[in-house]
Amino acid sequence: MGTEPEKQDKKTKTRVRMKEQEPAERARNFREVPFGYTPEEAVEEASRCLSCKNPPCREGCPVEVEIPQFIRLIKEGNFLEACYTIKQKNALPAVCGRVCPQENQCEARCIVGKKGDPVAIGNLERFAADYEAEKGEVRIPEKPRATGRKVAIIGSGPGGLTCASDLIMSGHEVTMFEALHKPGGVLVYGIPEFRLPKVIVEREVGYIRKLGVEVVTNAVIGRLFTVDELLNEKGYDACFIATGAGLPMFLGIPGENFNGVYSANEFLTRANLMKAYLFPEYDTPIKRPGRVAVFGAGNVAMDSARVALRLGAEKVYLVYRRSEAEMPARKAEIHHAKEEGVEFVLLTNPVRFLDDGNGNLRAVECIRMELGEPDESGRRRPVPVEGSEFEMEIDVAIPALGAKANPLLLKTLPDLRLNRRGYIIAEEETGMTSKRGVFAGGDIVTGAATVILAMGAGKKVARAINGYLKWKYWDVSGFIEQ
Amino acid sequence: MFEILKKQELSENITLFEIDAKDIAKKAEPGNFIVLRIHEEGERIPLTIADFDRERGTLTTVFQKVGKTTHHLGTLNEGDFISDVIGPLGINSHIENFGKVVCVGGGVGIAPVYPIARALKHAGNHVFSIIGARTKSLLFWEDRMRQVSDELIVTTDDGSCGRKAVVTIPLEELLKEHTDIKLVIAIGPAIMMKFVCKTTEKYNVKTVVSLNSIMIDGTGMCGGCRVEVGGETKFCCVDGPDFDGHKVDFDLLMERQKMYLDEERTAFERYKAALGG
Ligand SMILES: Cc1cc2nc3c(=O)[nH]c(=O)nc-3n(C[C@H](O)[C@H](O)[C@H](O)COP(=O)(O)OP(=O)(O)OC[C@H]3O[C@@H](n4cnc5c(N)ncnc54)[C@H](O)[C@@H]3O)c2cc1C
Ligand SMILES: Cc1cc2nc3c(=O)[nH]c(=O)nc-3n(C[C@H](O)[C@H](O)[C@H](O)COP(=O)(O)OP(=O)(O)OC[C@H]3O[C@@H](n4cnc5c(N)ncnc54)[C@H](O)[C@@H]3O)c2cc1C
Ligand code: SF4
Ligand code: FES
Repeated sequence: MGTEPEKQDKKTKTRVRMKEQEPAERARNFREVPFGYTPEEAVEEASRCLSCKNPPCREGCPVEVEIPQFIRLIKEGNFLEACYTIKQKNALPAVCGRVCPQENQCEARCIVGKKGDPVAIGNLERFAADYEAEKGEVRIPEKPRATGRKVAIIGSGPGGLTCASDLIMSGHEVTMFEALHKPGGVLVYGIPEFRLPKVIVEREVGYIRKLGVEVVTNAVIGRLFTVDELLNEKGYDACFIATGAGLPMFLGIPGENFNGVYSANEFLTRANLMKAYLFPEYDTPIKRPGRVAVFGAGNVAMDSARVALRLGAEKVYLVYRRSEAEMPARKAEIHHAKEEGVEFVLLTNPVRFLDDGNGNLRAVECIRMELGEPDESGRRRPVPVEGSEFEMEIDVAIPALGAKANPLLLKTLPDLRLNRRGYIIAEEETGMTSKRGVFAGGDIVTGAATVILAMGAGKKVARAINGYLKWKYWDVSGFIEQ
Repeated sequence: MFEILKKQELSENITLFEIDAKDIAKKAEPGNFIVLRIHEEGERIPLTIADFDRERGTLTTVFQKVGKTTHHLGTLNEGDFISDVIGPLGINSHIENFGKVVCVGGGVGIAPVYPIARALKHAGNHVFSIIGARTKSLLFWEDRMRQVSDELIVTTDDGSCGRKAVVTIPLEELLKEHTDIKLVIAIGPAIMMKFVCKTTEKYNVKTVVSLNSIMIDGTGMCGGCRVEVGGETKFCCVDGPDFDGHKVDFDLLMERQKMYLDEERTAFERYKAALGG
């Protein structure tokens, strides 16, 4: 492919739109929503980039991908090199190109964005990664000299995957333990197929396996082995805990255990990990909902609502106690959900669930809210409007209120210090914890956050583990008060 | 992949598997369960660890064929493999020398009660056991239970073996006769556990039941296994499956067990049709 002629002066203010399935059609299938750029579209979008000398976008990226560099390679038609360039910093570009909140990160800082749409960095990242996969020219780097050191990684989400790939490239023996039967963490059990096709996650895990990482599924650490056993009996020199924030939260209102009330985790796990949307080809059942209410307004809520639509629901309500401006989900996801027909019921809070007399959900009683004074977070606090209670007929309810730390593993580690909320206290730059040889990072340290932040943590921890294995130096007195 | 080392038909619809699972066997304790998935399209189902052999690295599990997954499982043979086996899950049963205890096993619940009875016996308890089933052909492990009990009572609903009674009848007699019984353990269908608890409540004897709510992961991640105990929501897989029976909301448990009746029927009929039967 030849280099496109430079048209520096004819920069458009709008980005090349990525084509996607029509809302009415896609709301009834599980296929991916956007189609991805064609090479022509990618080159056109890439040529909107100004190749800044001091690119602000790169600082907006938690793992500092060489953004202008890879975009220039796309512009030049050198798509494979573009992908290799991204991969120097980010092992999972096909994932990040799809699910990163670019609008708050790299794209938020783009200079072009000051006068029009910022350069579509995420779309380009996705294009480069998909191109590499399609061409099948995935580069397996040469194996470095073996150090004879062994590292155990607990959890195979983005944090664990990133750390594993960096450590194996440093010559250590790496084993990644995963409690579920499939590796990938939230990428396989949480984020739905239509946003992140599972073949992509499988491909990334396959790549990490090819690098030499041993992936052990069905291994619930804390039960099958303890961390102390890994370190003292199984010969691991260090351990990275990247178990995520996988404990579901409920509303704590009456009737929450009626049939039809699902935590978002359960609803999404059935649909995504267990492929219940393919029931009865797959054995796991899920309630084919008629009318659904999802409570919350983060990405998890949007995903739950959109999965419900695709399972054939006739109505999906998204019930949120604040207004649309305060919704924490990505703008693009809010937009997608609305386009597909999710109805937003704002300034509304559930009070209790009602059943049909046999324990099956029939309705939810809600109360209207109004915005009062700002709270600690600076957002105006919603307060109930007295006497405004009303009922909504539903047969499935999905509280999507975020997650907490799962204590299953942590309670087998009495010498590991946790914070008030039950997450592991770890030093930010190294992931070192109060227990020698044990590192932690990702959602289990920060609470529910993002894919790229978990990856960033995995990277920092890999660097710190390298240092630790060399010098055996451990000092955490600076941040863990004794 | 986990190999089935031994298969034994215990009764008309109850099968025993010995599974090669060295690491799980090493950690298994009475009261624990596994979650298994037969193959890629399969669902995850929990089964109690009915026995384990740490030396040989094997687990024994006993299951009743009730729907698609358990029927499919029953078609597997020695030398076949199960794709995924996860465990040991659930809290360990609380074992100590209480004095006099009663172990009640109903139907397939005889299997999970066995390792608990054995551990209680080893701990020095005087163990009364009551095992019951609808009819003789559904009973199993009478010999095993006898070995670990000081006294064993067998009941069947139709009197085809042992006493013609439901398990609560001899249980009540024992409670009357031995006022120093300290603990009752009951495992079986929810309805049986409910009535055992109603019986023991009258005599104020602490009763531990093992709840079988519908599960997926078995690690506290989905919350699908919610049960109510003492008015509080608990996750059966990590907070249990053993709970204080006098505090359990059995009606809720039974309602929740029925959540997917229609889907289960569809799955089972489709399965039978595919077998051409
Ligand atoms: C529905 C949903 C949608 C989301 N959408 C986005 C999005 O669009 N963009 C974005 O950036 N972020 C999104 N997030 C957040 C993002 O997925 C997480 O922040 C990220 O996955 C955290 O990575 P992690 O590596 O810390 O842990 P996780 O991805 O949570 O992985 C942890 C893994 O550890 C395993 N594990 C837990 N305990 C044990 C144990 N004892 N032994 C062995 N293994 C164990 C778990 O099974 C899991 O596989 C979303 C989250 C959810 C739930
Ligand atoms: C902790 C625990 C331990 C158990 N131990 C044993 C045991 O040792 N032996 C044994 O025979 N059975 C045991 N069970 C019950 C066993 O898991 C179910 O019989 C099995 O899942 C039925 O699957 P199926 O597809 O054959 O039947 P289905 O037709 O799908 O279901 C029949 C009934 O089983 C229950 N069930 C269905 N799916 C699940 C699921 N994923 N998790 C739990 N229950 C479900 C439901 O109440 C349902 O109505 C245990 C259950 C739990 C929770
Ligand atoms: S700021 Fe925007 S235009 Fe500038 S280099 Fe980065 S991506 Fe390109
Ligand atoms: S089975 Fe998922 S939390 Fe218990």
